[in-house]
Order: sequence, then structure tokens, then C-alpha cells
Amino acid sequence: MQVFLLRRSLGFLATLFAVSVIVFLVMNVLPGDPAVTILGIDSTEDARAALRAELGLDRPLWQRYGAWVWDAVRGDFGTSYFFRVPVSELIAERLPLTLPLAAFGMLATVTLGVTLGIIAAAQHGRPGDWAIMLLSQLGIAIPAFWLSILLVLLFAVKLRWLPPGGFPGWDDPVLALRSLILPTAALALVQSAVLARVTRSSALEVMRLDFVRTARATGLAPRRILGRHILPNALVPIVTIVGMQVAGVVTGTIVIENVFYLPGLGRLVFQSIANRDLFTVQALVVLFAAIVVTANFLVDIAYVLIDPRLKGRLA
Amino acid sequence: MTTLRFTCLAAAFAVGLTAPGFAQSTLRIGLQQEPTVLDPTSDATASIDGMLAQNVFESLTVVDETGAVHPQLATTWEISDDGLTYTFKLVEGATFHDGTSLDAEDVKFSFDRAMAEDSTNPSKGIFEPIESVTVIDPATVEIKLTRKDAFFLFNLAQGDASIIAPESVDANATTPIGTGPFKFDGWTRGDRLTLIKYEDHRAASDVAIDKVEFRFIADPAAATAALMAEELDAFPGFPAPELLEQFEADPRFKVVVGSTEGEVILALNNARAPFDKIEARQAVSHAINRDEIIDGAMYGKAVPIGSFYPPHGPAYVDLTGLYPHDSEKAKELFTSAGVAGSEITLRVPPFPYATRSGEIVQAELAKAGVTVKVENVEWGFWIDEVYKKKNYDMTIIAHTSPNDLSNFARGKDYFYGFQSDDFDALWNAIKTETDTDTRMGLLKDAQNFVADNAIHAFLFQLPKLGIYRANVDGFWAASPVLYQPLSAVTIK
Repeated sequence: MQVFLLRRSLGFLATLFAVSVIVFLVMNVLPGDPAVTILGIDSTEDARAALRAELGLDRPLWQRYGAWVWDAVRGDFGTSYFFRVPVSELIAERLPLTLPLAAFGMLATVTLGVTLGIIAAAQHGRPGDWAIMLLSQLGIAIPAFWLSILLVLLFAVKLRWLPPGGFPGWDDPVLALRSLILPTAALALVQSAVLARVTRSSALEVMRLDFVRTARATGLAPRRILGRHILPNALVPIVTIVGMQVAGVVTGTIVIENVFYLPGLGRLVFQSIANRDLFTVQALVVLFAAIVVTANFLVDIAYVLIDPRLKGRLA
Repeated sequence: MTTLRFTCLAAAFAVGLTAPGFAQSTLRIGLQQEPTVLDPTSDATASIDGMLAQNVFESLTVVDETGAVHPQLATTWEISDDGLTYTFKLVEGATFHDGTSLDAEDVKFSFDRAMAEDSTNPSKGIFEPIESVTVIDPATVEIKLTRKDAFFLFNLAQGDASIIAPESVDANATTPIGTGPFKFDGWTRGDRLTLIKYEDHRAASDVAIDKVEFRFIADPAAATAALMAEELDAFPGFPAPELLEQFEADPRFKVVVGSTEGEVILALNNARAPFDKIEARQAVSHAINRDEIIDGAMYGKAVPIGSFYPPHGPAYVDLTGLYPHDSEKAKELFTSAGVAGSEITLRVPPFPYATRSGEIVQAELAKAGVTVKVENVEWGFWIDEVYKKKNYDMTIIAHTSPNDLSNFARGKDYFYGFQSDDFDALWNAIKTETDTDTRMGLLKDAQNFVADNAIHAFLFQLPKLGIYRANVDGFWAASPVLYQPLSAVTIK
């Protein structure tokens, strides 16, 4: 177990390091000039040169990367070219939106996806199954931003039940939660469509196995067979997909935050890439990578909890 | 001595808005562009000026909706006979929002900072003619110029020339402090910025709004939803002409289409083939059909231009008839320039007015026998490849600065790739001519010069599309500058 943890930790650090190098190189290869973006196309070359010197953009690439790594290991992720405040401050003020949004999105995805998948499997071949499969097909086909607009038109413009976007902050938790309902729904409806299909097919596969037939033959109630026998054995592919969907939900926030004009990390990364705000992009991409790698790690742990036969993998 | 004297500066804005008993005094304004800092003297982002200039910050002068200059922090000024020395008398009772009072030292500080060698002022050119700024007494400042500057008083009204205090300058990027009728209240980056009325402002009794809330909504569909759900009172720079119709049909709203300083041009790279030849450039001007472009790209909501000067400007000459739309004529000119049958690249930046216009231009040039390859590029790429490296044949871009005919005098290194001694001399005469009538004549000559030489193909003036709730009044229809003073806005 310790060897496993050590190996994974080293892998974790190596991944983040590789990601940071790639981001740094890509951001520098991309055409663009923060000084012109900040000062506008009618600014004088003189003012731009002064700004480049102020931001440290006139130093060679390796020096800038070296300085960044040196600061980063000591917890300083640099100062944003555009916002002129430490990147850590930018991230800290946006986490209280994006973290709950992603968590609610995941929770809703899993609840909805697994429930619908199991119902479909239990109803296999009957109208309930067809309806769920049709809906999930729709969910996969509809782009998240379009679904978001439809949700806003119905619930915010027409019915006036929920705000069309924006986030008032957590000072008033009820208002904050209300403004996260539609974005969560938009995130979860699309993601859970995939999960429902995987859950259904995984459950159906298990249902065909001998032990299920045996359980049925012993006269166990169908609900008990589903809960005690089918679901635990169908979980491995479901957990795998859920792990992958963490990445989907995290990147999904980029689109969702733009449509619902939420001041979160997704919108920040979108804007920072367009602006060539190197250190902000760097920190955010490393953070997203860390979230995804952590999710994969948790999936691996979950495998062992689900299926004791896999314990050997932890060696 | 020329003496300009104005009695009451606030009167111009205050007329007709003292109706008592306002039902709602929080004004919620939607903005497409989100600022990253709040200091108009260090960042060109238009929304910084749009929210803060002449609201939180004030300048020595101010511009009204027609572009005319009025006193602001300077109540009067005297100009010496040679036009090189300006003596400004400062208004009494102006205080910064931190309680300190405004004096001549603050003015000197603001100018010295903008003029300094390491200054990163986005409009550093405004300060280029200034030789020195001298404090005569706490209420009097003298500014000496190295040459006459016809745009000086207009330029002083810009957000880039905001008067700031040395005590608060370093924090202005996140907590701006000025002398304006509204003070900064709070900012949630990416979400909203709030201002509240500054009760100690010298003209506070004329301000009807107690609180202003700016909401940043980049996506046009989301902006539409926010307006329709009555989450906003105003969206002065609405980004999508195609979505206006539903607001025009809705009695809850009024739609106001005005003009901006933004000339949208089909820029041609004059520095390299094929557009180093005037025939090829004229051919493009003949090939385009402005009405078709305005209908397709702007849903009819724009005014065509034939040169590089806004139609609402005092010296405007209508040159849209100079190169009538004529595909056959264009074809002949392309043939004589040796361009017919070749492929030309059009690099389009990611703005809806540009991408939509680009497709129509492509079809129109095809009718004139030229194949256009449209490349939709990202803004960073555009800045690098088109603007800095001049690696392009054609592009579509709006120039939103006032008095930007000066662009044609920026020399071969500017991305137009155009240089002419005649035009340089003409522009030099314009910027130093202080007699209004003579200057208007010269500005007309400049418009003719630019059109005669077909330096670019000129498409249309970028409109200002404003959507307001029916009970909101006082917003400018047009935008002669980037800001919108809110002291005259009312909600019934």
C-alpha cells in the first residue's frame, strides 16, 4: 500500500510538472502580445515597451519559467498580467463558486445517471427503457450551451422561478443556491445521459450471469437482487465513467459559466487564454490537472473497495 | 489673450432632471466587456472608461453627447496668443472620495505620471505635445505645449487624462478613487461592479441615482435573457443587432440606435502586392456593396462610410458615392492590376461585425473575379500576425478612437503599410490648426485624400445599440467618447 501511494504521488508530481512545461511552451508559441491587448491597438510603442518591462515580458523564456517554478514551489503562483493581483487571490475568490458548482454537478450526474440507468435496465425492453434511452440519446446530442439557453428561457424568462445567471455570493445562501440550480442542471443533464447508458448496459450484462439466475430461482425479491447482487457487480465500469466525468464536469464549467455569466474558474481560464495571461493559465491548468489526477486516484481506490479481487493492483 | 469662460458646468447636464420622488434609484447596467483592472490611465479596456470615466474619475474637461468640450475640474482656461500656454482655473470644492481635496498638485502629478518615460498610459500620444506642467497656485495650473494642438482640450476629457491623487494612485487598479459624482463601492471580478452616489460631490444634488450596478454578461443570448427577466435596466452597448427586434416589439423596452467613433474598414495591406497598386485597391472599393454588408452583418443597423471619419462629426463629407458598387468595373481594375484570378487572404478577427462582414466581402469579391480565402483568427493571432508583423492582405477592423485620421500619418511601420509625405503634412496642419473653420476644411481634405487613394475600403460606422427599460432616461444615444456620464440618468 505504501509503495502504491509513493508511486502515485511521484506520478502525480511528474504529471503536474509536465503539464506546467507544456502550458508554458504552448502559451509562448501562441501568437499574441499582452502589452498590445492591455494597451490597445492605438497605443504607442513606447508605452508598450514600458509595460513589457514592468511585466517582465522582456526577459528570455527560460528565465521566466525558472522564476515561475522557483516561486511556485514556495506557494507563489505569480501575478496576473491583466488583473495585476496574485494568481492565488484570483483562484481563491473563484473557488467558492466553481467548487460547489462542480460538486453539485457531479452529485446530480451520479444520482440521475445511475438511477435512470438502473430503471432502464430493470425495465429492459419495455416502454420505460425506451423512454430513458431516447432521453439519454437526446442528452448526448444536445450541446450544453444550447440546453442552458433553453433552461434560462423557460425557468428565468418565462416562469421567472430562477435567476437567468450571475452569482450573488454566499452571503445569502438561499440566493446563492438558487442561482446554482440551472447551471447544475445544465451540467448534469448532459453528463448523466452518458452515465445512464453505461449503467444500463453494465447492469444488463450482469443480469445475464448465472448467479443472478440462481438468485432469481431461490425466490429473492427483484429489488433485493438488484441491490445486493446486480448493482455491486456492475459498479466497476460505472465508477470508471464517473471518474472520467469529473474531468467532463470540470471542463464543462468553462461553457456553463460563460452562458450563466458566473464568475468562476472556468470563465477565468477561458478569458486568460484569450488574453495570453500566462501565469493565470499556468496555475489554472495545473489545478485542473491536479483535480483530474486526484479523481483517477480515487477511482483506483474505489475499484479495490468494490472488488476485493483487485487488491493485488495496489502492490 | 483668448478667454473662454463658462458659468455653470453642471447646468448642461442637469437641465430637466430634477423630478422629485424616484421610485427606484438603483440602476443596473449590463456590459459585454469585463475589465481586469479599474485604472483608466493604465489599461485601454473600453469598459473601464465606460464605467468609471466622468463617473468615478473626472478630468479637466468633459465631452458631451455631440463631442463638444465643456469645463469639468477646470472651470475656465486661458490660452496664450501663440496657442502654446494653457492656464486652467480649478473648480472649487472638488474632493477625492477619500476626503482629500483636489488641488493643482494633483493635476501636475497626474500629468507628470502619464508623460513619464516609463508611463504605460494607453493614450500616451495625448501627452506627447506637453512640455511642462506648472503649479501657479493651489487652484491654478499652467500647461505649456511644444506645438499647437487642436485636440488638446478634447483629449483632456478622456479617461486616460483622469485626475488622480498621489495618495491613492497605487490602489486605483482595484479600488479606484477619483473626484466624480459616484464613488467605487465594490467589485466582484467577472460578475459585477457597484458604485454609490458621492454625497460630498459639488453637484451631488443634481444626481438622481443612488446606486449603480454594472453586470458583466459577455454572451448575447445570456444578455437577452437577463434583460427579458428584468434583471437589468440598461444595456447601452448591446452586442447583437440580430436580437434587437424582440426588444423593439416589447413595450417594456426602448431601443436606441446611435453612432460611435468606430469606423469599420476592410483594411488593405498597402505595403505589399497586390494592394500596393491603387488599381487593386480601387477595385476592392468598387467590388463591395455596403448596403448588402450592412444588411447581412448588422441587420441594417449601421450607416455606410466612404472615408475614415464618423458621419456624425462636424467635418464629415459623404464619400460613399466615390466608388459606386460595380462588379464589372472592379473586374476590369483587378485585371489591369494583374490580380484577376489570384487568391487573396482575408484575416478576420473574432468580432461578430467582422466575421459576418467577411463572408459577404468574400462573395462580393468573387463576383469581381477574385478568390478570397477567409481565415477567422483569434484576437492574439490578429495582434501578432496582422497588426505587428503586417502579415496579411486584407482584414476587417473597427477603429474606435476619436480623431483617428492620424492613423494614416503613422508611417510604413503601422499595419496599414501606408506612408505619404502629403498626408503627413496635411495631418500636421490639422493637429496644429486652432481655427475651427480652417481645421474643418483641412479635415475634409484629409477625408478626400484617404478616399481618393482608396487606402482601404470603408464599410460602415459601428452603431451603438442601446436597450433600455422604458422608465430609464438620460443615456446618450451616440458615443463620441468611451464613457457615459451617469449623473444625468433617471429612473421614473
